[in-house]
Amino acid sequence: MINPLYAILAIPAFAVVVLAVIPGYRIGAVLNMLASGLTFMAGVSLLLVERYRTDILIIDDFNIYLVILTTFVAFTTSIFSASYISHELEVGRLTPTFLRFYHALYQAMIGAMNVALVANNVGLLWVGVEVATLSTVMMVGIYRTPEAVEAAWKYFILGSVGIALAFFGTILVYLVAQEVSGEGLPAMAWDLMVQNSSKFDPKLLSLAFVFLLVGYGTKVGLVPFHAWLPDAHAEGPTPISAVLSGLLLNVALYALLRFKMIMAANPNTINVGLVLVVFGLGSLVFAGFMLYRRRDIKRLFAYSSIEHMGIITFAFGMGGPLANFAGLLHMTMHSLTKSAIFFAVGHIAQVKGTQRLADIKGLSASHPVLAVGLALGVIAIAGLPPFGVFTSEFMLVSSSFARQPWLAVVLVFGLMVALGALILRLQGVLFGEPSGPSGEVKATYVPLFLHLALVLMAGLWLPEPVVRWFRAVAAQLG
Amino acid sequence: MTPAIGFDVAHLLAGSMLVLSFVLLYQARITAVLNVFALQAIALSLSVAWQSLIQDAPHLLVTAGIALLVKGIFIPTALHRIVRRLGIHREIEQVISAGPTMLTGLGLVALSILLVMPVGENVSVLVRGDLAFALAIILLGLLMMITRRNAVTQIVGFMSLENGLVLAVTGAKGMPLVVEFSTAFSILIAFIVFGIFVFRIRERFDSVDVSALDQFRGERGDRA
Repeated sequence: MINPLYAILAIPAFAVVVLAVIPGYRIGAVLNMLASGLTFMAGVSLLLVERYRTDILIIDDFNIYLVILTTFVAFTTSIFSASYISHELEVGRLTPTFLRFYHALYQAMIGAMNVALVANNVGLLWVGVEVATLSTVMMVGIYRTPEAVEAAWKYFILGSVGIALAFFGTILVYLVAQEVSGEGLPAMAWDLMVQNSSKFDPKLLSLAFVFLLVGYGTKVGLVPFHAWLPDAHAEGPTPISAVLSGLLLNVALYALLRFKMIMAANPNTINVGLVLVVFGLGSLVFAGFMLYRRRDIKRLFAYSSIEHMGIITFAFGMGGPLANFAGLLHMTMHSLTKSAIFFAVGHIAQVKGTQRLADIKGLSASHPVLAVGLALGVIAIAGLPPFGVFTSEFMLVSSSFARQPWLAVVLVFGLMVALGALILRLQGVLFGEPSGPSGEVKATYVPLFLHLALVLMAGLWLPEPVVRWFRAVAAQLG
Repeated sequence: MTPAIGFDVAHLLAGSMLVLSFVLLYQARITAVLNVFALQAIALSLSVAWQSLIQDAPHLLVTAGIALLVKGIFIPTALHRIVRRLGIHREIEQVISAGPTMLTGLGLVALSILLVMPVGENVSVLVRGDLAFALAIILLGLLMMITRRNAVTQIVGFMSLENGLVLAVTGAKGMPLVVEFSTAFSILIAFIVFGIFVFRIRERFDSVDVSALDQFRGERGDRA
């Protein structure tokens, strides 16, 4: 039997070529769904095969769950995307030629994210993140309006600088490792680095981490490196906003965590946990306040993504079994919830013909199903029970109170600020006199409610195998 | 060949790249910026070729060749044409007063020496020196991107930053996949240049300051 590991890399690669040459956009959309679905199945079947490692690729407990999450959200987003783009074609915002690019780039992005996730070679990890960034840059600019071009340009420049600094960090890590492991490929293998980390030069390793933090931190959207993120989310097609928030930010954070694990195995390095705690809380509080000033619905949820990446970064910075568990759970819940919200927002913006919050009112009267979807999503992302986001935030808050009460106070403060902003905006959108066009929506509700159902389920009852699995990974993260 | 000569020539070439980074900082004319950048790329390719000689690593010659052809010849030529098409080849860019910029640049060089030279006692002095030069070139590239307003010169800043990266990666002895990395970077740069051309971007969008950007997004005028 072929290892499904190769399938999750080969299917998107093959699909890029096919989708780039197929002219019909309907076939393109179907093939995009098919390829994403197959990749998802291959991702799930990774559970059936043994753990695997070479100097280039690795499958361990940590990345297997992210591969499944990534391919799942990529699959549901491709279903949403099919109904989204047919509307964009009707109103003439996109042309069939651009859709060919769009579908090919979508698969390129999924393939690149999978490469980054399963890479054992830290250089390959970097390549995966770079290619995923490039393909999203082009998709962000696909509408070619001045705003979209500006957003893409800004994303490009900030992303490239981040990527360049991360690369310098990678070179330094290699230099550290090659003193112990000798020259060549083994010196770039992540798992060997973790094993040998206690013998590494702590000063050079710490220096390397600073560059990696700034580099990959730009991609995570940590304040103050977040400037590209709201623009990229707001000006690109909504399916791209969904995968950017739900997946690409996770992948960048995953890269950072891999390096954190190398650092954690060496007692003489700088305190990485503290650095992550500071960046995490900073992002959380800053984004919480920024939520109040938003006038654009996609920008609002982009800032909410910054806020949640802050929470997750804080959780991993705290470390320990409970906080790491909360971080992993929150990563999953945020991916599912935020992409669900963008599915709803995409249809809302299409039917109302605007993204301005002031022009979207009375949704509960004009489009009740979308309104329910959005309301559930926002309630979930704001961290209210009974959804899974509440579970992870509660675990994080209670474990921080036990260890660092003052940090927990800041954390709760940030969460409350964000909660207030989200509920305030949600009210405006849902209630009041319906505004703007109230035509029928040709929407697929399946991905939206599937995600919400999963988040609800996680809030009520986490299956035993999943719990055991998260625990194992949390222990591995240290 | 004695190791001393290998060391001296490597430092001479890396040092000349650093000097060219400083020249880039204060150039006002766009065409002059492009020419200086081409010179820096040629210095880079010489430096990489020298590394290939002293490390006995023939594959680095490929990287040197790519640096020379793509960044020394192809991209400057393409940018010259783009600049003429966009009608900004005569433009004189107001560099935010050269004096403070140069002083900041000097500070950055000192910073990178202080950061890199003391750490890693086991890494050879040659590699550490190369890294310090590379980091200085990277930081100066960043500084150039910050001080420039024009999209083309901003890109040149990014490319000179990337020259620093290639210098660092070839200095790291025995690092695998170096050729692949330098090729990937060349592709990235080609995309950026392509992007300028397609979207005809003249000016950098003024600020990365989030509050200033509110104006670009149709959010102006409806403050509550």
